[in-house]
Amino acid sequence: MPLDLLANVTIGGVLTGLVYGLMALGLSVIFGVVRVVNFAHGEMMTVAMYAAVLAFAWFRLDPLWAILPIGVLLFVFGYILQSRLINPFITRPEHSQFILLVAVATILTNGMLMIFGPDARNAQVGYAYDSFQIGPILLDKVRVYAATAAILVASALFAFFRYAPTGKAIRACADNQLGALVVGLDVKRLYALTFGIGAACVGAAGCLMVLLIDVTPTLGPVYTLLGFTIVIVGGLGSMAGALLGGILIGLSEALAGLLLVPSAKSMFGFALLILVLLFRPQGLMGKRT
Amino acid sequence: MIQALFDWPTPRALAVWAALAVCLLLAPLVVGSYALSVLVLVLYFAYVGQAWNVMMGFAGQLSLGHSLYIGVGAYVSAVLFVRYGVSPWAGAVAAMAICAVIGAVIGFLAFRFSISGVYFALLTIAFAEFSRIGFDHISFVGASAGLFLPVAQRTHNDLLHLRGSPVMFYYVMLALSALALFLCRALRGSKTGYYWLAIREDQEAAQALGIDIFGYKMRAVVLSAAMTSLGGVFFAFYYNNLFPEQIFAINRSIELILGPIIGGLGTLVGPLLGAFVLTVLAESLRSATDALGLNLPGLQLLFYGVCLMVVIIFLPNGIWPALKGRLGFDDDRRSGD
Repeated sequence: MPLDLLANVTIGGVLTGLVYGLMALGLSVIFGVVRVVNFAHGEMMTVAMYAAVLAFAWFRLDPLWAILPIGVLLFVFGYILQSRLINPFITRPEHSQFILLVAVATILTNGMLMIFGPDARNAQVGYAYDSFQIGPILLDKVRVYAATAAILVASALFAFFRYAPTGKAIRACADNQLGALVVGLDVKRLYALTFGIGAACVGAAGCLMVLLIDVTPTLGPVYTLLGFTIVIVGGLGSMAGALLGGILIGLSEALAGLLLVPSAKSMFGFALLILVLLFRPQGLMGKRT
Repeated sequence: MIQALFDWPTPRALAVWAALAVCLLLAPLVVGSYALSVLVLVLYFAYVGQAWNVMMGFAGQLSLGHSLYIGVGAYVSAVLFVRYGVSPWAGAVAAMAICAVIGAVIGFLAFRFSISGVYFALLTIAFAEFSRIGFDHISFVGASAGLFLPVAQRTHNDLLHLRGSPVMFYYVMLALSALALFLCRALRGSKTGYYWLAIREDQEAAQALGIDIFGYKMRAVVLSAAMTSLGGVFFAFYYNNLFPEQIFAINRSIELILGPIIGGLGTLVGPLLGAFVLTVLAESLRSATDALGLNLPGLQLLFYGVCLMVVIIFLPNGIWPALKGRLGFDDDRRSGD
């Protein structure tokens, strides 16, 4: 195996993994705070991908810039979803929440199928086939841009939770819901904000994914599962863990595609998930409770 | 457990059960082939829903990866039949044994490391997905190109080899669902059933009372896995083709658990009622959209999703618990719900 090929594939995997990580970050934030498993996460990303494709087709808006409007759009969607639909479910058992979100996922998937039809769509940006060359290493421009944008969005989120008063309040809710109520925080509104932020995160990831893959209405479940895998591997509630998990999964997929059959690539993700659940259930970067 | 079998329900409930049994037994004489195929689906979902309910409804362990047992059950019996000419009934025994072992392994790993709740559910998904991709690459079972059973000849019913008309499959599935119902009824009145309920309601309290929670959770997983595998055997011989992408898919796991949750988790009637309501709903949505000339792909599933959401919002415990009070049944009194 030529070494430069291996290096190319490795770096490509890491760059894709960062976008996966951003998607999983949304899931991690939602579960970490609201304690609801968002089984419609991949479907929400698919919605964002269609929005990005349309924005590109109608306004020639580069998917990298579409992050802002689509992020806002998904934020509103997530906020309404949480405040109208999910808030009454937070005290209900897990299987009840699961059915609710499966219903949301079914509605989203089939709504998209009705509107856009089953065919794959994409946004052909001008730089789709360009690449940067550093010595023997060739980097796809789209991957570099997407990964950079993913890091930027993740950093903004990190800063928000670290320094903004609302971010701190959300963290307080996650740490101790009763305590948050006692000091007078409006927990339900903060939950809705959190779901909105998680949705905005997956919206941004959807815009970036448009640069990497074609979108079909039925993409959702695969990416929901991918999101879970990443979040569990990285450690639930750990923001750095979600990015690390994303990189690991992106890398393992890329290497499995190169060294073995490409169709078996996601087997490694699930094998990794099983091992992590069994031997380090709090995830690689998670804290033991 | 034996005692529970003779613990008769109230006369009113008994009359309804008897009427239902007669209707189901006579149905193939009355209904057309389309309605029969819908009824076969109802019974299939009622059976696998009952099997899943043992684990989640009784013992409180949420599995979202039951397609694993459907798939393994289907593949084991089909491969034995196609490659070695083994009767599906012998194949079913093998399938149950293998799925029981798989269930035991997953249960052992999960419960030893005290994985529960959402994490346990994700672990079951991971095993199912892992198997889906794995079976896609095993050429012995046809890999992603699929495994096909010789197509059934419809004129002659061969019960021994499960080759025959839809009516035969209907009665096989009816017998299986009835057996599952009796088994679950007996289980719920047994010591094991009460221990499961205790674990479901409060695992730590159950442990404090001296219940071997590991052992009893293992029993639930193993039994549920073995029961579900029979659903897989039926699936293989009824549909005659197997693709890993379809049979191990997460959708298969989800469709199987909707019935018991919508019908009423942990109740005996729930899986049956849920299977009936959801299957008939899906089929009538299909007929309605066809009749209106709306063959828009996705419309019918969109409505299905909306209905699912409405039911779970307004009937959080499912249809049966809301219904039985009004009908004056107290058949489920022993569950304490």
